Amino acid sequence: MSTQHLTCIRCPKGCQITVELEGTEVVSVTGNGCRRGDEYARKEVTNPTRTVTTVVPVEGSPVARMVSVKTAADVPKSKVLDVVRALAGVRTTAPVHIGDVVLADVCGTGVDVVATKNV
Amino acid sequence: MAETVYDALVVGAGVSGCSIAREFSRLDGRFLVLEAEDDVCSGTSKANSAIVHAGFDAQTGTLMARLNVEGTSLFPELSRELEFGFRQIGSLVVCTNEADLPALQALLERGHANGVHDLRIVGREELVRMEPNISDAAVAALWAPTAGICDPFELTDALAENAAANGVEFRFDAPVTGARRRKRDGEPALWEVTTPKGTFLSHVVVNAAGVHADELHNMVSASRISITPRRGQYELLDTTAGDHVRHTVFMLPTKMGKGVLVTPTIHGNLLVGPTAEDIPDKSGTQTTPDGLAEVRRKSALTVRDIPFRETITSFSGLRAHQPGQEFIIGEVEDAPGFVDCAGIESPGLSASPAIGRMVARIVNGILGLSPNEGFVPTRRGIPNLRDIDPEDWQRLIQEDPAYGTIVCRCCRVSEAQIRDACRRVPGARSLDGVKHRTGACMGRCQAGFCTPRIMEIISEEVASIDLAHVTKSGPGSRMVVGPDKQGLATASDEKDDSRGGERNA
Amino acid sequence: MPSTATIQTLERDIVVVGGGSAGLAAAISARDAGCESVLVLEREPQLGGILNQCIHNGFGLHAFKEELTGPEYAARYISQARERQIEHMLRTTVLDIADDLTVTAVSAERGVFRIRAKAVVLAMGCRECPRGALDICGTRPAGVYTAGTAQRLVNIDGLMPGREVVILGSGDIGLIMARRLTLEGAHVACVAELMPYSGGLKRNIVQCLDDFGIPLLLSHTVVNVEGTKRVEAVTIAQVDEHLKPIPGTEVRYPCDTLLLSVGLLPENELSRQAGVRINPITRGAFVDDSLMTSVPGVFACGNVLHVHDLVDYVSEESAHAGASAARYVRQLAEGAGRGASDLVPVRVAGGIRYSVPAFVSPANMDEKITLRFRVGAVYQNRYVSLYVGDRRVQHRRKQILAPGEMQELTLRREELAGIAPADEIRLLLEEE
Repeated sequence: MSTQHLTCIRCPKGCQITVELEGTEVVSVTGNGCRRGDEYARKEVTNPTRTVTTVVPVEGSPVARMVSVKTAADVPKSKVLDVVRALAGVRTTAPVHIGDVVLADVCGTGVDVVATKNV
Repeated sequence: MAETVYDALVVGAGVSGCSIAREFSRLDGRFLVLEAEDDVCSGTSKANSAIVHAGFDAQTGTLMARLNVEGTSLFPELSRELEFGFRQIGSLVVCTNEADLPALQALLERGHANGVHDLRIVGREELVRMEPNISDAAVAALWAPTAGICDPFELTDALAENAAANGVEFRFDAPVTGARRRKRDGEPALWEVTTPKGTFLSHVVVNAAGVHADELHNMVSASRISITPRRGQYELLDTTAGDHVRHTVFMLPTKMGKGVLVTPTIHGNLLVGPTAEDIPDKSGTQTTPDGLAEVRRKSALTVRDIPFRETITSFSGLRAHQPGQEFIIGEVEDAPGFVDCAGIESPGLSASPAIGRMVARIVNGILGLSPNEGFVPTRRGIPNLRDIDPEDWQRLIQEDPAYGTIVCRCCRVSEAQIRDACRRVPGARSLDGVKHRTGACMGRCQAGFCTPRIMEIISEEVASIDLAHVTKSGPGSRMVVGPDKQGLATASDEKDDSRGGERNA
Repeated sequence: MPSTATIQTLERDIVVVGGGSAGLAAAISARDAGCESVLVLEREPQLGGILNQCIHNGFGLHAFKEELTGPEYAARYISQARERQIEHMLRTTVLDIADDLTVTAVSAERGVFRIRAKAVVLAMGCRECPRGALDICGTRPAGVYTAGTAQRLVNIDGLMPGREVVILGSGDIGLIMARRLTLEGAHVACVAELMPYSGGLKRNIVQCLDDFGIPLLLSHTVVNVEGTKRVEAVTIAQVDEHLKPIPGTEVRYPCDTLLLSVGLLPENELSRQAGVRINPITRGAFVDDSLMTSVPGVFACGNVLHVHDLVDYVSEESAHAGASAARYVRQLAEGAGRGASDLVPVRVAGGIRYSVPAFVSPANMDEKITLRFRVGAVYQNRYVSLYVGDRRVQHRRKQILAPGEMQELTLRREELAGIAPADEIRLLLEEE
């Protein structure tokens, strides 16, 4: 049996939630003030994910030096830094449109990194 | 190839050094200014009260008194010739205690003895009319209409630019590490001045090295001098507070010590300070909680309700204090051709035009140069858009559309002015250089919005500086450390937990 | 080169000052409300305002029911404005707004020019509180930036302000930058917050600090900065209940960068020139329920009115301001218009710091309006109550209220039915 503590982010209250786990099975969720906290905690301890956003250089634009990008979907939280590292050295060329794939299947996550700005 | 031999070499590009350089440029000779920092006006001349004093403070008969009164009288004409900010707003020395009235009278009499015109003592009623926010304790004041405020940066820039336009050379990032007299067979001895930028030869060396003038002097002379950095801390308030006083308001020095002054600045801000702390460190330009508290406390003695919540910045400067409290100007007895211009503390800024003339006279007594026939006394200032007439602005934009692109919104500085500052000789090569020449970044956002754009313009204008190497104030002060993602550790790197705070013992 | 320096004068029904999230939403909504002559003035070379540098996600959950990044959120409004062919001028700085609604502006293209407007929408946004306003002692080297300046350098210019970073202030931009700088290769030693609570959103504390093990030091501040040319270290101390540093608690952090995220201030210099009355609490204009300021025909919205946490609410508020401006112009043409005489003040008390709007017109107000407000401290299990005269018309329990999270409630016109001329509207927190 293991225990994890986390702060709920579903509302400004920020409940301190305690999750008890048996392996990867959630045994109990306590400290949450509402059902949304329970959902958040279960997801966060079993499969935490994040969207990663950063910028990459763009060439050939008279106004922009960088173009902003994001992972088109969440990636595992443990892969966040790897995603940014994978983008070091990646460059784009104008014109770039929102949604254009800048790096496909980043770090084997199956998720593409896409542009978030029209340059 | 024969080495270049300068007629005179000035160490220090502060207001004294640049004033001397400009006076030199009236002569037909070869002149060089060496500056330790990246730009002119980077030491004592940079952070002070920016006051042009009337001239009643210094003891009658001193060089300080004489050069102050002479220098102040030169300001109106000089500001027209060189187009720098100067306004004769007058000053008030406020007496807050009936018992101190004799001291106020004594100050008036000293002023008369020093040759200051138009001084008079005003009673409380008139004082309140002149300064509605004067303290309730104020009983009378000494009114000196010839006093003024100026922009010390613009003054120094203008002097330097005019000197350069008339042939004086400048070298920056060139701190003097050695000076010695080199004897030559059958020819007069020469001064050899060493810097990291090279060794320079000159017939005459002028020591205008501010807080470091003692170090330079003591390299060449057995008669030691000593300069103590005297720190002054200030608070600068937003232009919304700029009309809290209309004149420079001093406190009558009493046995309780010298007070702090409250003054409008040439840019329309309100300046309050300074403290006076003798410190050991010649780079000790920190502000301290005690110092700023003192500024607030003492200013309240003469002016009430100063809106300190409008403070946009605090800063401190170092005065080059000399224990004898007198300017040291003259050729050093045991070092022929080495001329001191040391201990230039208040009223050094006011005296600077006269200091330049005096040193030039002394030096030309040694060199005997003929006049520079091509000397041009005027310099065109960088246009100021703050109070400009719209039609005049329109004309500027027609000449150069970049006058229509505002970069610093708080202080209304356009792209054209910033480019102009970079193209001047000597020109801006850092953010502070742009700030001092154009007034950009001095407003309420304190460079928050315009920094990246000004960095970009500097990198476009100055061939040797790319965007990632733009500095705040010269070497060692880079604004950024490089491109994104450069410092990313590889996945296998362990997190280094040794970084973090060190608890004080 | 023309020899005369004539100043051109244009005429437009509505001039929107600022082409960021507020200005775009206001302009779009003014057009949709039937106003054909709308001009947006923007000082930057592109529309979108500060959203362009807010590359993180979390925008639009309320407005679009999906999670967008700042540039994506801006792009939606930019394309809406483009579809409506709304006129805009870029690289154009407004110099002055006179009380007769003559707007003076300057650009390289047009020089100094004037626009006679029937209504003006203020949408200039806000700026960050700089170091000077904080009285942080020490030296003044390179390496001290507001979080927003650092954000611009990293996200727009691709440049890192430093490698070893301390952040003062837990405002959202500071938290976001803690993550951004970490992801780009810097080490963020800590975030120090003067208050005993964070000024930022909970989500940002968890995802920007906790995710990367960056400590948040509540009740701490920076008491000294070292370094003559570049920051070499800062000293952080704990503060007491009066927010004064406690001697002996100082910890020195060697670093090359200090970021400040200590507050946002609405940029109301132009508003003041126009004679707009400013609320000292919000530092934005006092407005009525149509978001009109004390100067007839001048409206305000977004961060220039009061600082928001979420852009979604900026857009919503600004759409209301734009529609109100359009209606004002229409009524002006019809010779009608609302007087200021029937305005009822919204008084705040009991922990609520302000309300936007500050005045409501029971006769002219929309069917329902939104009151936005903030509390001054962290409260748990309180009731937000709205009184009309002595009548309590709303009473809602809130589990948690924090200064960092803007609150809102909907006021319906029917709730003001029967309001007496002397009655006040009061908004306050109650324990039961």
